[in-house]
Amino acid sequence: MSILVYIEQAEGKVKKTSLEAVSFAEALAAKTGEGDVVAIALGTISADELAGIGTAGASKVLHASDSKLDSGVIQAHASAIAQAFTSVGAKTLVLAKSSLGDAVAARLAIKLDAGLVSNVVSLPSTDQGYVVKRSIFTGKAFAETELKTENKILAIKKNSVDLKTNGAQAAVVPFEVSLSDSDFASKITSTERATGEVLLPEADIVVSGGRGMKGPENWGMLEDLAKTLGAATGCSKPVSDIGWRPHHEHVGQTGVKVAPSLYIAIGISGAIQHLAGVNSSKCIVVINKDPEAPFFKAADYGIVGDAFEVVPKLTEALKAEL
Amino acid sequence: MKILVCITHVPDTTSKIQFTADNTKFDTTGVQFIIGPYDDYALARAVELRDQTGGKLTVLNVGEAETEPTLRKALAIGADEAIRVNTAPKDSFYVAKQIAHYAADGNYDLILMGRESIDFNGGMVHGMVGELLGMPSFSPVMKLDLNGNLVTMAREIEGGKETLEASLPLIAGCQEPIAEWKIPNMRGIMSARTKPLNVVDTVEVATQAEATTYELPPAKGAVKLIDKDHVGELVKLLKNEAKVL
Ligand SMILES: Cc1cc2nc3c(=O)[nH]c(=O)nc-3n(C[C@H](O)[C@H](O)[C@H](O)COP(=O)(O)OP(=O)(O)OC[C@H]3O[C@@H](n4cnc5c(N)ncnc54)[C@H](O)[C@@H]3O)c2cc1C
Ligand SMILES: Nc1ncnc2c1ncn2[C@@H]1O[C@H](COP(=O)(O)O)[C@@H](O)[C@H]1O
Repeated sequence: MSILVYIEQAEGKVKKTSLEAVSFAEALAAKTGEGDVVAIALGTISADELAGIGTAGASKVLHASDSKLDSGVIQAHASAIAQAFTSVGAKTLVLAKSSLGDAVAARLAIKLDAGLVSNVVSLPSTDQGYVVKRSIFTGKAFAETELKTENKILAIKKNSVDLKTNGAQAAVVPFEVSLSDSDFASKITSTERATGEVLLPEADIVVSGGRGMKGPENWGMLEDLAKTLGAATGCSKPVSDIGWRPHHEHVGQTGVKVAPSLYIAIGISGAIQHLAGVNSSKCIVVINKDPEAPFFKAADYGIVGDAFEVVPKLTEALKAEL
Repeated sequence: MKILVCITHVPDTTSKIQFTADNTKFDTTGVQFIIGPYDDYALARAVELRDQTGGKLTVLNVGEAETEPTLRKALAIGADEAIRVNTAPKDSFYVAKQIAHYAADGNYDLILMGRESIDFNGGMVHGMVGELLGMPSFSPVMKLDLNGNLVTMAREIEGGKETLEASLPLIAGCQEPIAEWKIPNMRGIMSARTKPLNVVDTVEVATQAEATTYELPPAKGAVKLIDKDHVGELVKLLKNEAKVL
């Protein structure tokens, strides 16, 4: 018996959140005695990259290398993983909560007759039934959830696991999947991806700007700060609505939910819908000229002041220190 | 063209979240309920597509009688008829089974949902219904255009988007900017009163992952303010106290 982990990749690189899922699975296996951790990776990925999944806690990586699986063809991924699940005799599938992960896990829940819990934040307790804690109401609360099925799927919320980095290289084994035409119900005609920068959903530090930044021409200042910190940039909803920044940078209830170590909010008022996207951050810094801005209530550190004055100074201070 | 939109009835996004009955029930005191924001995007796009192609737009909620004002609002926004599957939604699987049961004989060309509900944030009912009905499902979809049977969509991927083509019938979990939220006008509100709202029975389904108790995150300590002329202080605190640099 093994625990299976679904690995997501982007352009041949395994996602950090998937490695977190592997580490979660390893801790889970140790707790429940479900054997070892086997990862299933789909599409074009180098052998080195795959073996590296071992450092996070997997002993074996099944690799279905068909390049048709490179992008997120939801039905095909669900079919491939169902086959791997059966093949390793797993009872539990672990994956990272993500837009693709959700879509695939939902179909798998039906295929495998498995109970699915999403946004899992800690290891299950197994003293009385199988109870999993998950984040609900967009981070504003938690629910203890009892899983009653024999087969189980857990989608792990990002940054809720300590990533293991000292595991051995995993054995990489080719895995044959049989896919039918109906698994490819869609044709992906183009993909646009921000390249070279730090991706917002996975970033460890986020520098985010709101309407207080006055216009897109002032984002250079935030980008300098972000670059100094190795951070991703984000924004509030109005900022992406007006088109100052691309839609995929919008953070909040209706946008990206981030969970970085450090979130720096500049010229953002801190509306409850914005906070819903950032309340899992470890540390929040707010820079706002209005001392009454609600964001200060959710912040760990704050500077009351004009962003146009404070941000360049902060960037300088960081450059001197880092 | 037959379109089905599934909507949730959820606390307004500004609601204070609290629990009662020994932390086993959501406290609805003083809470305003709304159509889930993502479902609202799905509904707005569905109204536009119905107007483009003709046909019928049905809106559905799995919920008890208190969700009817929310369904009426969807009728006021432009749905032609409303269905309430009369049961409390217990978990995603339970809801998906109810929806699939209702939709199985409906020959819907398009089933639109929100990318996720804002209470349980599962993001999974659309995929489950898709698998149950043997229909392809896509989420999160930020653009959806119809040309006859051909559907062109943009789906959000982390840090970008992909454009894809598929054919009807299909299911999509929607998010902005698929359409602008629509605010009901007077005529819509008047006509909503006389549009059909049918209550249908449920199928028996065992729940799989039901929430048993709830808790709130620990309260946040007070903010530490740093003088704007001493930003170096902040850098030191982030490094030595918060240890995030
Ligand atoms: C259903 C629903 C969902 C929503 N979802 C989201 C969401 O996901 N994400 C989101 O962000 N919003 C969301 N919103 C919108 C949200 O309610 C707020 O309107 C929005 O977050 C405000 O953005 P803002 O803080 O950038 O702008 P504003 O509220 O205009 O605030 C600007 C801030 O900048 C400060 N400021 C101005 N000039 C300066 C300066 N020179 N230096 C420093 N500070 C300055 C001001 O003091 C102010 O606090 C949603 C709303 C609804 C109804
Ligand atoms: N009780 C319900 N009634 C109707 N539709 C629902 C219900 N619950 C969820 N949905 C639909 O499924 C989508 C995803 O929900 P969830 O998987 O709970 O995040 C929502 O945005 C709705 O469109």
